Amino acid sequence: MAIDFEIPEHIIQQQQMVKYIADTTMRPFSRELDENEHARPKEYVEALWPLLSAQQASSLKKIKAKLEAEQNGETTEDKKKDRPSTQYLALMHMVEMLSWGDTGIYLCLPSAALGGSAIEAVGTPEQKIRLLSRFAEGDPVWGAMAMTEPNAGSDTSAIQTTADFDEESQEWILNGEKIFCTSGGLALEESDGLVIVWATIDRGAGRAGMKPFVVEAGTSGVKVVKEEIKHGIRASNTVAISFNDARIPADNILGSRDVQTKGGRGFKGAMATFDASRPLVAASAIGIARASVEFVIEKLAEEGIDIPYGAPYHKLTAVQRDVMEMEADLKAAYLLTMRSISLLDQKISNPLEASMAKVKAGKATTRITQKAVEILGMMGYTREWLIEKWMRDGRINSIYEGTDQINTLIVARRILGYSRSELA
Amino acid sequence: MVSFIPTEDQQLLIDTINRYATADIRKTAHEHDEKSEPDLDTIRKGWQIGLIPASIPETIGGFGEMSAVTSALASEELAFGELSTALHIMTPALFAYPLVLYGTEDQQAQYIEMFLDEDIAPATAALLEPGIGFDPHDMKTTATTNGDTVSLNGTKAFVPLAESAEVILVYAKDSESGDVSAYIVETSADGITIEKREQLLGIRALPTYRVNFTNVSVSATAKIAIDYPVILNRMRLGLASMAVGVARASHEYAVDYAKGRVQFGRAIAQNQSIAFMLAEGRIDIDAARLMIWEAAWKIDRGEEATREAVLAKQFADKMVLQVTDSGVQTLGGYGFIREYPAERWLRNGRGFPTFDGLTII
Repeated sequence: MAIDFEIPEHIIQQQQMVKYIADTTMRPFSRELDENEHARPKEYVEALWPLLSAQQASSLKKIKAKLEAEQNGETTEDKKKDRPSTQYLALMHMVEMLSWGDTGIYLCLPSAALGGSAIEAVGTPEQKIRLLSRFAEGDPVWGAMAMTEPNAGSDTSAIQTTADFDEESQEWILNGEKIFCTSGGLALEESDGLVIVWATIDRGAGRAGMKPFVVEAGTSGVKVVKEEIKHGIRASNTVAISFNDARIPADNILGSRDVQTKGGRGFKGAMATFDASRPLVAASAIGIARASVEFVIEKLAEEGIDIPYGAPYHKLTAVQRDVMEMEADLKAAYLLTMRSISLLDQKISNPLEASMAKVKAGKATTRITQKAVEILGMMGYTREWLIEKWMRDGRINSIYEGTDQINTLIVARRILGYSRSELA
Repeated sequence: MVSFIPTEDQQLLIDTINRYATADIRKTAHEHDEKSEPDLDTIRKGWQIGLIPASIPETIGGFGEMSAVTSALASEELAFGELSTALHIMTPALFAYPLVLYGTEDQQAQYIEMFLDEDIAPATAALLEPGIGFDPHDMKTTATTNGDTVSLNGTKAFVPLAESAEVILVYAKDSESGDVSAYIVETSADGITIEKREQLLGIRALPTYRVNFTNVSVSATAKIAIDYPVILNRMRLGLASMAVGVARASHEYAVDYAKGRVQFGRAIAQNQSIAFMLAEGRIDIDAARLMIWEAAWKIDRGEEATREAVLAKQFADKMVLQVTDSGVQTLGGYGFIREYPAERWLRNGRGFPTFDGLTII
């Protein structure tokens, strides 16, 4: 190993393709979809679905082949690769570029998304094939994750949604309400998708009783009760879902149904998905920040203002200093994110690095986009340009997938060696 | 292939310097800061780790190669011990690195020997000039060519170890073309006046001087045809790495202190106000280091890295001030007492934005 920042050629090529998608199916529709909040990004979905469904088909094919081999009594060994995976590095750069295009539209990604991550992480091969096949063929389908409830935001252990097992019908019965579910409406009502719903099977057991359940479109007792109106990322479908005696098959629980009082894997499983999702949210934040910095530099250049890197501090204008600070913050966020992603690809535990990246990217993007509006003056404030929208879009990154405060708390606990009870 | 792991050789070097920084430099840092004098015994020991010979290729007598990444790693670790000592040990590099990178064979043959010696090489460089801010592209010191000789005129500031130096690499602007070059000047030459030792807020154990050059005549062969922007970028990264080292020293101390200091019946680190300050500091320390590594990696590949180096340096400048200030704040009253190191780290950290170009690492 050596310290190295070289992005592999296949990711650079992928970036050109993703940028084309951003330029043709996202940017031209940004304003229109922002002003018509609950409209859907058809062009984007049509452009991405063939690519994403083909990816899902190929991954399912491998799972099927492995399962069949095992059923025939053959031992399968994962092929040892010479070089570490670049799967997450590629994903990070794709998410960054799509968010550079438009973050609200990006979030309407027609794929299993976070729901898929949970199934991939904890599901059995049979569950993967049964639940994920819909994402590999036919019309566009969405997956989603429902964790947050009206009284359980950052404190996910406080969820109230219950799952009770009906021995007679061999079904789980879900009751409760989930809010702020990204693409939940697309998954349940506008396609044959699914939502991973976190519910407790034993209220007295706390975190250990929390389990992920797969709720498929068309399940009776499940209703999308509200589509939120938001500050930014308006093209993204954010919904509340109610569960009234919603019955799902016994096999739609992911992972064990035992309540483990110590080291309960249910809650830990939920937390582990953050190790991958937080760096990707950071990547998304960076996409908006980069779009904003590029736009500011372009507009300043049109006014004859350039950024003289290397000039002494006392010879820079305030605006030049601001822009350099924005660029530095963007670079800092990008590199912290790439570090956390690199650990993921090497399958090395990364919760500290993931939270560091998320905090930095969230704060940097919030500050960069707000500063961009300020630097561009009146025009920055108009809805003629997209910069005011990017400021609104950027703001979510300090909130979802763990607020800046929650992630700072995680960093603090890790560097101080404190448990949850020692540093609350 | 993206990776954030140093090579085994680099890790060995980091570990060696870390042991030296912790066991040797730290022990006498306070005493020598108070006395405003370098700890020459400790510095000699640090010199003998051989950082500079390790950057000189075998073909001209050294045992390694020039790497901006390796230099960044070494500089951070040295400054983790104490900034004055780190700058002192690396002062000869101000002369040696341009010599290795851009010197002619004759120049190298004549001057490389002193850098392979077991005593610190009596060599330094003069770049900065007096004033509130130094613009490397608006230099006042001139070099005027008259046939086979060059005449140097001007005043330089913050020249480290000038009094004990036998050779100084003087940066000057060609009075006709305006291009900046570096000139090898023996301190025995006529026309050199060491005006005064500068009295500084921090890095007190490192003697720096204001030096005047009036009609100092050197041979035309004393000129080193430097790639000035690259030299400036290497300087920026060397300093930025040291800023990370100083910040890390202060931060680690503050973390330990906050966990041990009990008020209202619990460690002060258990308060979010303290814990968050420390968490934010750690994030920026790591970010600065990654920015430096990226820029250094570009330099090692021979790529243009001015933007990256400038942004890394600026970020590190702000970071080190914030982190060392938090260090003082975490210690409360003890942060203000000189027997505790936090205030020294703040004084040292404050310097980074001001001494751009003091050293090349």
